[in-house]
Amino acid sequence: MGHYRFLEEVALADCAVEVEGRDPADLFETAASALACLMVDPATLSITVERAVTIEAPQLDLLLYDWLSELIYLKDRDRQVFPAAQVTIAGKGPFRLDAIARGGTIDAEHTTLGADPKAVTFHQFVLEQTADGWRARLVIDI
Amino acid sequence: MRTSPELRAKARPAGDCVWEIAPSEKAGMRVPARIYASEALFGQMDDGVFEQVTNVACLPGIVRAALCMPDGHWGYGFPIGGVAAFDAEDGVISPGGIGFDINCGMRLIRTGLSEGEVRPRITELIDALFEAVPSGVGAKGFVRLTEESFRRIMVQGAGWCVAHGYGWPEDLERMEGQGCLPGADPTHVSARAVSRGMEQLGTLGSGNHYLEIQVVREGGIHDPVAARALGVEAPGQVFVMLHCGSRGFGHQIGTDYLRIFDQAMPRYGIRVNDRELACAPFRSPEGQAYFGAMTAAANSAFANRQVITHRVREVFSRIFGRDARTLGLDMIYDVCHNTAKLERHRVDGREMELVVHRKGATRAFGPGAPDVPSAYRTIGQPVIIGGSMETGSALLVGTAHAMEETWGSTAHGAGRTMSRAQAKKLVRGDTLIRDMAARGIVVRAASKSGVAEEAGFAYKDLSAVVDVLHRLDLSRRVATLSPIGNIKG
Repeated sequence: MGHYRFLEEVALADCAVEVEGRDPADLFETAASALACLMVDPATLSITVERAVTIEAPQLDLLLYDWLSELIYLKDRDRQVFPAAQVTIAGKGPFRLDAIARGGTIDAEHTTLGADPKAVTFHQFVLEQTADGWRARLVIDI
Repeated sequence: MRTSPELRAKARPAGDCVWEIAPSEKAGMRVPARIYASEALFGQMDDGVFEQVTNVACLPGIVRAALCMPDGHWGYGFPIGGVAAFDAEDGVISPGGIGFDINCGMRLIRTGLSEGEVRPRITELIDALFEAVPSGVGAKGFVRLTEESFRRIMVQGAGWCVAHGYGWPEDLERMEGQGCLPGADPTHVSARAVSRGMEQLGTLGSGNHYLEIQVVREGGIHDPVAARALGVEAPGQVFVMLHCGSRGFGHQIGTDYLRIFDQAMPRYGIRVNDRELACAPFRSPEGQAYFGAMTAAANSAFANRQVITHRVREVFSRIFGRDARTLGLDMIYDVCHNTAKLERHRVDGREMELVVHRKGATRAFGPGAPDVPSAYRTIGQPVIIGGSMETGSALLVGTAHAMEETWGSTAHGAGRTMSRAQAKKLVRGDTLIRDMAARGIVVRAASKSGVAEEAGFAYKDLSAVVDVLHRLDLSRRVATLSPIGNIKG
């Protein structure tokens, strides 16, 4: 898996994160993990849920936007958080994502809670190819 | 965060506590940008405020100026504290000028209880409220709704709650727009938004949202006449303040329409400096659809705060063994932060219909203005400004001058000066909770790290923000309220 780091000086009231991966699928998986870590301590979540997700979008950056928006949606609708995912991406525009997300349901007794993300924003939203792979910058509204 | 000298040089003083950036400073600016701040608060504003308020000044149909209140700080699209009015005929509507938490707002409830009566039971009270009002990630509300009843809430707002036993009829009189804004259209709300938000009615959320027990201290009543009219009677009196919004329902509407507007802008030939400022003409199909969905979310936020109010009354009644009415748990007011509303204002001597965006800003209509409750008509609309959980909050009233200067708008809070990550480096949540308890403030929180992020030192000095508002006559200081108990998401 790729890696991520939270950026301190980009978002004052919200949360900015930079994500890197060797390819788009790796980056999408890593971004999902970063988002889950923002919401809960994954060590306190029982991994009991496996969910298939399919998304289509006209551009690759919008596919990332929709993928993370879907994970935020599942947090609110089903109270489920997904620290791990296996992602495949097909197409050259439109793009299609097929993922198996693995996670668990928030348990008020045992899950250590973090922030409650509202949305992925377009502020400084970047997905780009670099010399070493792929990089994204995301600002999550919390 | 501090303002860089380059950006600072572009904003010229334009009167006491007013700074103006001329349209010549950035290509595309249609009107000036105006920042209301003392020298000290101006110096604390991050460069993002300058970039964003000047970007707002570039949007089609903007009238007079792009404004930023003294609590302004970096947001996305608009700065937090941003206010802008657009001509309803040829201007735009922008989700970035409203925010994802549509109608995030403040509600203040008075009590007839004194600190002497509440203090001995404050831990019991906070524990019971924490139990009764779900908060934090994944919180689920206690009101079971069908999709049909949720759609009624979108149209009826707080009125639905009162009709279903979650409130008193007179509550509605003391809310912005009587707790129901016109123009809601559930047909423009996605099924995804409905399923995301339907089970969250009566939940607090997290971040800077809170439910707080407060007291007015000796010296905390600044305008005795207005205070009395609002139900603030004497030092030692206890209050309940709520800060929360439309939860996942409104968040999803923001996400849905930001995406729609991002794709629609080329059709209207609109280019913006920041993708978060995606917008559409107000009278376009996309603009009207968003306005209908956004207003539905605003009404659900009124309902959310109303259902929480019902729970608060139940808890007080149980703990103190008396009916909520005899405890004097009357609404003072409920006011929105994140909305766009159709309002009529005078522009260059003639009345115009404007789409007034207030993002992290509060409506502050003056005495005699329409939609000010009759009980408050002579003093102006109540303005509730939330501070940090350590330092307290403020109650003010709107002014005639705000109607002239800021479309009847004022600040909404203290405004952050430090990022969440920085705040967490400086203090641990459990340490802060212990320290606050030693200072007489009992805190219960769904997330300990969330408490650290909301430490008082991460915010501007609220009294400095209120001083600017009072000096500029954008709203008038009435009372200062200090926390004795707090529930955080």
